[in-house]
Amino acid sequence: MLAFAPESLVLAALTIPLLGALVIPLFHSAPNARESVTLITAGALALTVWSLLPHVLAGARPAAIDLAVVPGLNIAFQVEPLGLLFALVAASLWLVTSVYSIGYMRGNNEPRQTSFYICFAVALWATMGIAFAKNLFTLFIFYEILTLSTYPLVAHKANGEAIRAGRIYLLILIGTSMVLLLPAIAWTYVLAGTLDFTPGGILGGKATPLVLCVLLALFAFGIGKAALMPLHFWLPAAMVAPTPVSALLHAVAVVKAGVFTILKVIVYIFGIETLAYAGSGTWLVYAAGFTLIAASLVALRKDNLKARLAYSTVSQLSYVILAAAILAPISAVGAAMHIAAHAVSKITLFFAAGSIYTAAHKTEISELAGIGRRMPWTMGAFTIGAISMIGLPPTAGFLGKWFMLSGAAQTGQWLPVAIIVASTLLNAAYFLPIIYTAFFEREPAAHAVGADAAHDHGEAPLPIVIALTFTAAATVGLFLFPDGLLTLAKLMVGG
Amino acid sequence: MSALTAQLPGLQVVIPLLGAVVAAFIRRGTIAWGWATLITAMTPIVAFALLIQVWTGGPISYHMGGWPPPIGIEYRVDLLNAFVLVLVSLVSAIMMPYARRSVAHEIDGDKQAWFYCMYLLCLTGLLGITITGDAFNAFVFMEISSLSSYVLIAMGRDRRALVAAYQYLIIGTIGATFYVVGVGLLYLVTGSLNFADIALRLGEASAVYPRPVLAGLAFLFVGISLKLALFPLHVWLPNAYAYAPSFATAFLAATATKVAIYLLLRVIFSIYGVALDLKTLPVSAVLYPLSIAAMFIASILAVYETNLKRMLAYSSVAQIGYITLGIALMNQAGLTGGIVHLFNHALIKGALFLALGAILYRAGTIKLEQLGGVGRTMPLTCAAFVVAGMSLMGVPGTAGFISKYYLIVGALNAGMWPIAFLIVASSLIALVYIGRAVEVAYFRPVSSAVAHAKDPPLLMLVPLLVLAFASVYFGIDTELSAGVAGRVAETLLSGLKVGGAN
Repeated sequence: MLAFAPESLVLAALTIPLLGALVIPLFHSAPNARESVTLITAGALALTVWSLLPHVLAGARPAAIDLAVVPGLNIAFQVEPLGLLFALVAASLWLVTSVYSIGYMRGNNEPRQTSFYICFAVALWATMGIAFAKNLFTLFIFYEILTLSTYPLVAHKANGEAIRAGRIYLLILIGTSMVLLLPAIAWTYVLAGTLDFTPGGILGGKATPLVLCVLLALFAFGIGKAALMPLHFWLPAAMVAPTPVSALLHAVAVVKAGVFTILKVIVYIFGIETLAYAGSGTWLVYAAGFTLIAASLVALRKDNLKARLAYSTVSQLSYVILAAAILAPISAVGAAMHIAAHAVSKITLFFAAGSIYTAAHKTEISELAGIGRRMPWTMGAFTIGAISMIGLPPTAGFLGKWFMLSGAAQTGQWLPVAIIVASTLLNAAYFLPIIYTAFFEREPAAHAVGADAAHDHGEAPLPIVIALTFTAAATVGLFLFPDGLLTLAKLMVGG
Repeated sequence: MSALTAQLPGLQVVIPLLGAVVAAFIRRGTIAWGWATLITAMTPIVAFALLIQVWTGGPISYHMGGWPPPIGIEYRVDLLNAFVLVLVSLVSAIMMPYARRSVAHEIDGDKQAWFYCMYLLCLTGLLGITITGDAFNAFVFMEISSLSSYVLIAMGRDRRALVAAYQYLIIGTIGATFYVVGVGLLYLVTGSLNFADIALRLGEASAVYPRPVLAGLAFLFVGISLKLALFPLHVWLPNAYAYAPSFATAFLAATATKVAIYLLLRVIFSIYGVALDLKTLPVSAVLYPLSIAAMFIASILAVYETNLKRMLAYSSVAQIGYITLGIALMNQAGLTGGIVHLFNHALIKGALFLALGAILYRAGTIKLEQLGGVGRTMPLTCAAFVVAGMSLMGVPGTAGFISKYYLIVGALNAGMWPIAFLIVASSLIALVYIGRAVEVAYFRPVSSAVAHAKDPPLLMLVPLLVLAFASVYFGIDTELSAGVAGRVAETLLSGLKVGGAN
């Protein structure tokens, strides 16, 4: 693949998922061929994005397409380290999720599978667009496409609850992006005369600290996908979607697009130094810290597994925002690392939840007593994911937290340190009981042996087990071999 | 310049006018349709030729019958009206193929030919208003287009169409009367009916007769506002759009109100703005509250409407609010936003109404509650509806976004950030009413009305898809839309007499 010019790789990454979305409906009545198309598309995309890595590490910043829509608004793409990191995570996990989806969608006899796979491919296309956007306008286009393409996935079940969730999803995500983000973008343009992501930011010396503060608020809350409280409740609502959607989109692509955008805006639009100098970002530490703690407290009280995971996601996303708001380069590295670490760990947890649902049709934590013995692979993977969420070695979650803490300590900000420590305890408090229940509690003996067929189950279908084993391994692997990602993250703040 | 090119401004009106006369002698609906399609197809060719001439060579002055202005009628084509001519004729030409099946389905056989005759007259009137440089001539064309549009609306299958047409007739006549009174006042104080000539003399006249000049503006403003359905003078529009034949609704929604807005621009910027300082006139002061009220109130009314045609009609009133808001802003970005939305909204609403017409054609109803699952039985039609709907909301990457973006930047440049927020907040309401329709179409079980429906025949489908595609395309390639609109805005603003130190 190295034979291709990096520019054409960028173009390919932006074309492949869309092509896949166009080809999938042709195989509407041949599910095996249809799923093959998805797998081939995902594989090709992952390969393409990985091929970009050596180029970017070598210092290249390949660009593709530069189309002026109106003067000042260009659709343009350029790969930079943070974007590549996000694209790598999303594209690789799409491949894994595709394997998982096949097991899940068939195992649960889900309806309308063709449109499911189409929307999935479009969502990934949008994710690539977000990752590689050269300016805020391009990012905004794909940000909205991502919302619109995932809406049908949220409302997939088409029952009252799913439709209501879809409404909340659209209203909050489109609403915040239109009412807050769009004016923020227009205002940025009016102030700076450009929307290009530029190392060091574009707003330095262009606005007063107060304006910067208001603008940052418009961005932070306008990017609803980052689920900063009180605009977080679309995320738990979206859990009504099939588990692969929750796993890839609402633990990886969509929510990470949110924090990725915030990180990008802080690093490349405001500029870390500009914000730190103006002192306009302090409040964001409080907002993110509040979300971190509050969401963890809510998670503690949720018995529904996916709901607990969703609130855990809300909380974990705020780590990234918090890390960015510390405004120290080293903590920004932590933020980038956490994007990757949380992605692989949370997707593992969701895969496990979906695996339990497929094999045992259980959704509540209190029903999981003893399930660890019936589904050792699933619950083993779950345990690894949970450890990573808490942030203990030897898992990826440790890395991000480590850098965040270093950044906070370096700049002498003790509040973020306290928040991170407190939330770590809370993470442990809501994840460890699940593991305990699954492995150490006895299965209720209410049913006589053989009386209930549904009660008697083993592991989930093979594709599911393969997928979650893989992501669990990746969670550990990322801890053991963090060099590639770490270099990318450091390149981001290095310029 | 060859003999034919020199006559282009005349041909722009004469072709459809003669076409209408010939159409009056045709009895068979299909033949009349073929004829009308042919005639309509010629108009954008003329319009584009005019636009190119104006773009490269500056304004054209054409003396009807060889009589020089200000005594004779002058057709004056500048960038602004060349742009509107292209819009009106192009959208009509794209829609015409759609008419055959839709009209045959909704109108009795012996009246179909009559429908096309009226349609051509209406097109003549709209093009005439746009091209003429003479205030009274504009009134004549306004009457031609209005009278023929009353007939078009009254031909709706529903008997309520008659009431709607009658209501429109009364309100439209009041509007025309106000307009002609305004023209009369201007004639009294300036002694001229030619737009450019009035503008030249109005400054002096205003010094002598300040009140008649102001009253003239008020009469013109109210008269034109009735025609363009500026809130709260929009009451005729929802019924007229709801009960007119589908094709007539789409045609009128895309063109008629746009031409009225053009006339408003002309009066404000080319007459009053040239002669007087607009800041001393209460134009923006009136337009701001009315535009914002339209954006919110009409949008909210659309949310509660279950007849989809009425829903879109209210949405039109709201969208007109965006255009007039752009006019009120009176700065480069704002005015560009208003003018480009004139263009974009014509495409978007055209597509949406054509989609509804297709649903009516296949499913026999456009009541929201009866359309469950229509997205699955009429996939392409509904896909076009969704795409155009996203453009209406202003999703980035679509034409609607370009309009909103310019308006927001215009508001910010004018230092009015609350207005920027009102613009985005109101477009969120569009998400609600479009989203509601999408929800029913895709996530409800297939209802009995739509169970056997399928996408309409190609003649209907292609115009619909073309317009839906255009409502996205012009969000990416904006040379013809925002590019021209930007230059129009520049020309209009540079012609303004700016008083005092500003």
